[in-house]
Amino acid sequence: MSKVHRFRVFANVVLLPLLTFSAFVGGWEAIVRLFGISKIVLPAPSAIALAFSDGLLSGDFVWHLAVTMYEILAGFMLGALSGLLLGFIVALVPLAERILYPYIVAFQTVPKVAIAPIIVIWFGYGVSSKIVITAMIAFFPLLANTIMGLRATPHDQIEMLVSCTASRWQVFIMVRLKQALPYIFVGLDVAIVLAVIGAIVGEFVGAKAGLGYLILQKNFNFDMAGTFAILIILSAIGVGLHAIVSLLRRRVVFWMDTSGDQVMGA
Amino acid sequence: MSKAAPLERVSPSPMLASTVRPSAASIDAACEPLVHIAALEKIYATKDGESIHALKDVNLDIASGEFISVVGPSGCGKTTLLKILAGILARSSGEVTMEGRRLSGPSRELGVVFQAPVLLPWRTVLQNVMVPVEVQKRDRRTFEQRARELLRMAGLAGFESKYPGELSGGMQQRVGICRALVHDPSFLLMDEPFGALDAMTREQMNEELQRIWTASRKTVLLVTHSIPEAVYLADRVVVMTPRPGRIVDVIPVDLPRPRTLAMHNTPEFGRFVARIRAHFHSVGSLDT
Repeated sequence: MSKVHRFRVFANVVLLPLLTFSAFVGGWEAIVRLFGISKIVLPAPSAIALAFSDGLLSGDFVWHLAVTMYEILAGFMLGALSGLLLGFIVALVPLAERILYPYIVAFQTVPKVAIAPIIVIWFGYGVSSKIVITAMIAFFPLLANTIMGLRATPHDQIEMLVSCTASRWQVFIMVRLKQALPYIFVGLDVAIVLAVIGAIVGEFVGAKAGLGYLILQKNFNFDMAGTFAILIILSAIGVGLHAIVSLLRRRVVFWMDTSGDQVMGA
Repeated sequence: MSKAAPLERVSPSPMLASTVRPSAASIDAACEPLVHIAALEKIYATKDGESIHALKDVNLDIASGEFISVVGPSGCGKTTLLKILAGILARSSGEVTMEGRRLSGPSRELGVVFQAPVLLPWRTVLQNVMVPVEVQKRDRRTFEQRARELLRMAGLAGFESKYPGELSGGMQQRVGICRALVHDPSFLLMDEPFGALDAMTREQMNEELQRIWTASRKTVLLVTHSIPEAVYLADRVVVMTPRPGRIVDVIPVDLPRPRTLAMHNTPEFGRFVARIRAHFHSVGSLDT
């Protein structure tokens, strides 16, 4: 009984995804070979794998990966922290909300990608311009979700605390902050994925290093296999960072069993 | 800092059980009441500019140690009255004093049980019960023992480190009651605490509440829409009618204590229920 059950779990979790993945890659390889598709148009999986290992072994990828990771993480930290901070101020100080909110909304409606060239001129071709662009993109999800979260406390919880003589500060610490956490984590999750995009967009506009810079270079040389290899790295970064945030969320917001499906401010 | 009175055992001791508590009627009028409510009014302004007269000329004195039930159809302002007494809702006019002091906000001497359990999902059962102790910065060690004892009394021993999400609705409500009692308040306010429970659990909780009250001599104001529940528990039943919410009758219930569930079927009990119900017939609100 239990053996059968274990096999089922194994089949569902390991065997099935492995099978579909193999079928997908195998089909791709077969089509490229069968129809003789040019490697400039669509490289075969085997060619991508080769480019991937070449890039890693030559140390070429590693340096650019380090640069991009630095941009992503530094930009994310900067953007998330300022979004969080401003979110607290706006949610807690009514005057600040009246003064700041129109500007915040106006700022959000401007596509950050469109500002990227200006930022590169202001901050140069080095990492700092990418950090600023990434931070701008990561900023808003945190701001919006922090504000929403701090307003999400059910009225009866506040009444309950006030009825046992809690001060405003105690209400904030004991319930409002806690109720905001699930929202803040949704913001972090959105922001970390957007941060990857921010860094790459920044590098596309003008850079001296990084995976985005490398993609452009490979594209110019019609090295499609190399471009695809970098795309794999980029999606791995996205998936990995998202997994870290999800893990943290499950630890911190343990009382919520719903996964982050209420995405706001993306 | 109030004294942390050790909990009296609730297993009905013959001594306590046979004591007939003084009913409100027998309390000397000259004796200072615990709570004095005079000409209390509450008018809500709705969003479209209209005003709702939720409470009109409410007068009531509550003696220390008395059990008061407030009954009335929905919309009669009974919850409004409770929230004003709890200090979480401002009154429009009128006088409310508690132990001679003018009521101006929540008090440490109050315990409130709400319609919903209102537990914090990130806190364990024990941590939830300890909320008033933390808020009021009372001695954690002393009161944690008290909290554990209350949970044991409420049949929740072994659930101390569970989270509210793992409990049934009835258990959650009992946690809410323990939380209201943990800091040993002298005045307990209960807003339809058993409304969400099934009939069986409800009767059981009524018995439990009578036991706790007999043992702890707290003043209780219970808001309910169940007439039998009101009669079963109270020294006096306050009857309210809606639009505008006001008190139409205060009925002393002199049934002997401790009361048993079997008393529900006695003619005396029936007479109290009938008298209260007549008030609602007369105003045409039959939703109780």
